[in-house]
Amino acid sequence: MLAHPFGRLRLQALPFWDMLQHPSKGVVINGIIATGAALMVVLGGIVTVALISRYRLWRVLWSQWLTSPDHKKIGVMYVVLAFVMLIRALLEALLMRAQQAYGLGGGFLTPNHFAQLFSTHGTIMIFFMAMPFLTGIINYVMPLQIGARDVSFPVLNSISLALTAAGAALVMISLVLGTFSTGGWLGYPPYTEASFSPGVGPDYWIWALTLSSLGSTFTGINFAVTIYKKRAPGMTLMRLPLFTWTALCTSILMIFAMPPLTVATAQLALDRYLGFHFFTNDLGGNMMHFANMFWLFGHPEVYILILPAFGVYSETISTFSGKALFGYRSLVVATMAIGVLSFTVWLHHFFTMGQGADLNAAFGVATMLIGIPTGVKIYDWMWTMFRGRIRFSVPMIYAMGFMLLFVLGGLSGVLLADPVIDYQVHNSVFLVAHFHNVAVPGLLFGMIAAYHFWFPKAFGFRLDERGGKVSAVCWILGFMLAFFPLYALGLMGMPRRTVAYTEPAYVPLETVAFFGAILVVAALCALGVQLWVSIKHRHANRVFVGDPWDGRSLEWSISAPPPEYNFAAIPVVTDRDAFTVMKESGAAYTAAVPFEDIEVPRNSALGPVLGAAGFAIAFGLVWHIWWMVIIFGTIVITAMIVRGFARNTSRVVTAEEVRRQHQHWMDAVARAEPIARDKETTSANEGLAMPIDTGAEQ
Amino acid sequence: MGFKSIGRGTRVAIAATGLLELASSLAGCSSVRLGFLDPHGPVAQSQHDQLLDVVVLLAIFVALPIFVILPWFAWRYRYRARRARYAPKWSYYGPLEVATWGGPLVIVALLSILVWRSTHALDPYRRIASSVAPMRVEVIGYDWKWLFIYPDEGVASIGELALPVGRPIALTLTSATVMQSLQIPALGSQIYAMGGMVTQLNLEASEAGRFLGENTMYNGDGFHQQHFTAVAMTPTAFLGWVRHARTQGVPMNLSALALIARRSTQGELVAALTSRGAAGGSVYFKDVPASLFSAVVATTGTGKPMTIPADSAAATNGTPGAAATTADMPMGQRR
Repeated sequence: MLAHPFGRLRLQALPFWDMLQHPSKGVVINGIIATGAALMVVLGGIVTVALISRYRLWRVLWSQWLTSPDHKKIGVMYVVLAFVMLIRALLEALLMRAQQAYGLGGGFLTPNHFAQLFSTHGTIMIFFMAMPFLTGIINYVMPLQIGARDVSFPVLNSISLALTAAGAALVMISLVLGTFSTGGWLGYPPYTEASFSPGVGPDYWIWALTLSSLGSTFTGINFAVTIYKKRAPGMTLMRLPLFTWTALCTSILMIFAMPPLTVATAQLALDRYLGFHFFTNDLGGNMMHFANMFWLFGHPEVYILILPAFGVYSETISTFSGKALFGYRSLVVATMAIGVLSFTVWLHHFFTMGQGADLNAAFGVATMLIGIPTGVKIYDWMWTMFRGRIRFSVPMIYAMGFMLLFVLGGLSGVLLADPVIDYQVHNSVFLVAHFHNVAVPGLLFGMIAAYHFWFPKAFGFRLDERGGKVSAVCWILGFMLAFFPLYALGLMGMPRRTVAYTEPAYVPLETVAFFGAILVVAALCALGVQLWVSIKHRHANRVFVGDPWDGRSLEWSISAPPPEYNFAAIPVVTDRDAFTVMKESGAAYTAAVPFEDIEVPRNSALGPVLGAAGFAIAFGLVWHIWWMVIIFGTIVITAMIVRGFARNTSRVVTAEEVRRQHQHWMDAVARAEPIARDKETTSANEGLAMPIDTGAEQ
Repeated sequence: MGFKSIGRGTRVAIAATGLLELASSLAGCSSVRLGFLDPHGPVAQSQHDQLLDVVVLLAIFVALPIFVILPWFAWRYRYRARRARYAPKWSYYGPLEVATWGGPLVIVALLSILVWRSTHALDPYRRIASSVAPMRVEVIGYDWKWLFIYPDEGVASIGELALPVGRPIALTLTSATVMQSLQIPALGSQIYAMGGMVTQLNLEASEAGRFLGENTMYNGDGFHQQHFTAVAMTPTAFLGWVRHARTQGVPMNLSALALIARRSTQGELVAALTSRGAAGGSVYFKDVPASLFSAVVATTGTGKPMTIPADSAAATNGTPGAAATTADMPMGQRR
């Protein structure tokens, strides 16, 4: 146990070691790429630390952000994490597309390097891009939409964020020390067992997922309890904004779907560390159990990802059509139906594992059933646009791009749900095209739309509209070029995860896909430029009054950014689209609020401490540095006990302070010029909406 | 419902299948038949037809309405279209709700009937109806090659799966290593091969030809080279192939098996097995013990050393002694 102070961590773990020892051409190319990636991580870390020190932001970072239990700040940090990880995973995608474009007979990447790329790309995109993104958006928006001052368990919220960030950091450090798993994002044993993958790769994967899935389980509990218990008076379930409904459904799915993953990875860890035989070939192990457990998580996970995006589209389509959502009740029923059905279809991920036709057919039919509520949603969104007054602002462009592209993704999903066709295209790049076709226009476009939609609420100024449109067009076209060729390639028998191929027929389509990937990276760059330009011009685009889009739900009824306690007085809800009702009845922007002292949670260091310790434990486990595991394990337990004795966990914002801030905002409301919707993307927009001109007829 | 039976007017459906046709024509350029868009067996033919049927059905009844209605509404009700009606509170209309749920319900119900029937008809375990008895082939997945054993002929091959045209092939599969998935797209379905377990697959080639065969489940560095050629030939040619393997093949014994079980690509294996490999990088084996397959299943599943009963080979090809070795041998999976 004390044989070596750093366990199995040696100099060989450095990405350039192999290149120095065996300097052949292929090894050097891969060594340079790996070292470059590691340098990006290290330099990125150094630059961040230097900038924070240069501008003396450590104290601000610690007291205003890292230890903050405020759901709004936690939400923002989640989204920042998602964007950082998106950059890495997208660059990996570009590298993979480049490799395959030149992959006829070889390419430039070694098979092992390519395998790490597809494994980290998938792992990051699911667990460290998509999950943090949607968790961040829900964190920010949902309490505001239900008229709450925070989530039910603010410190737990901070812990969830810290654990997720720790998992992400573990994936990042795998670039610098050692290698990541080559077993794909789903890590099927027995390939990931110690007998076939003895290195640290699968261990990095196991512990990164464990940290992330613990964080997500806590998040699910936190959100569900918040929605059940902290709604404003009058906010009955059937008055919840649809985004909050999808947040509720996603939370329920998280609670039930994350534990099977945690257990499956824990069992795999027992196999790898202690010689158990859960999933080995021999001694009673059976990998089919892993497949079941993983997809018992994995399929609901798909809907954990997509439902919040559906919620975002429901909000944006209704808002930018200037209309109440059509078929609210249907949309709620459809959402919950998808939630239930998502647990009944997992077997369609392995129709080819040898089970009987009855079982395959039953799961195929169950899978297609999900098409019904999904179809209902698409149609209800179109009926929402019917007789609306539609503005094509950035979130609406994403919404329409989504609807058209998602239909194609759903269509290929039905093809895959048919076992007979799946027997052919399973494990092919057709499947890769399908899940990107639902995940990119569905989840990613939805999250970027949400980012554009709620950014003014969070930061008090609008994002640059033109940059957003350029980016949206690049995303949509780039996606189509990158993934439509993969459908054809899959039908031509090309398996997924192929580093190289020998068929010249694949080359033209692979080349098109590579250009698509370049366009997608350009889209991401456009988002970066847009953010830069928007920050530069922030003073011209302030929307402090808080309602830049003529919003319909409660988050728009307060200032932008909102005060830390969200609502000076908890609103009373009388109907759906609560803020629209308030605006119509003249109840919005009332000065005479019964002010009272507001209790808000105090900062807590528990989140960052558990996150840092969790990272250290995981790192120690990966490299077998047992003293590190023991020390930081002790710190975790001690920290939780100490926290148990903490008193004064809240502080009071006085009624006088609330009154002062409210008055400041009311003054701004009084000064602001109401604007019509055709000027909402100009600097004239101060966040006060004029009722939409109802036009010639009604 | 066949693709050709749909009328001429369905241009969208044709556009939807255009991609498939393009892929099909590209696939045709290759020396081996790649995909099931160019089917050469009854299973792949049915899958091909079903793909087109479902694509056309979905294109017309699912994609087309949305591709028409959405752009239409977006233009008709754009903000600047002042004369379009505006109904900000219109949010419920019963008959429309019924249609919204009913439409997808009907489509899914129809598809479900289709799926239920075809899944049973094309179950990979189901024997293909034929007047000829199926030929048995046992398949063992290794890193990174497939071993095809013809237990009734006493021969085996790596890199080439020879098939008599018009005779069903009943494959049983296992893996001596991690999970893999065997597929010959031009002939039909794929199925997993898993250590310590046996799965089944039934295929048939209806025409002579050379078809791409592959593993579709990632299993390490040599994954992308784990290809083979399925060669469908006349029954007479197949008899010749078997004779050739019996005379020219490498004797299958524990030392050959140890080489096969090493983590290596097919090319590396052929080089290691000396120059007796067949043309095109394939290698044939003779004197294959009849119980080899079950011995590998048992060994992989128990982790115990490999044993092959001494008498098992003699019955099939009359060359006693060649495989009459019973020895302990650690399998290649433990590294």
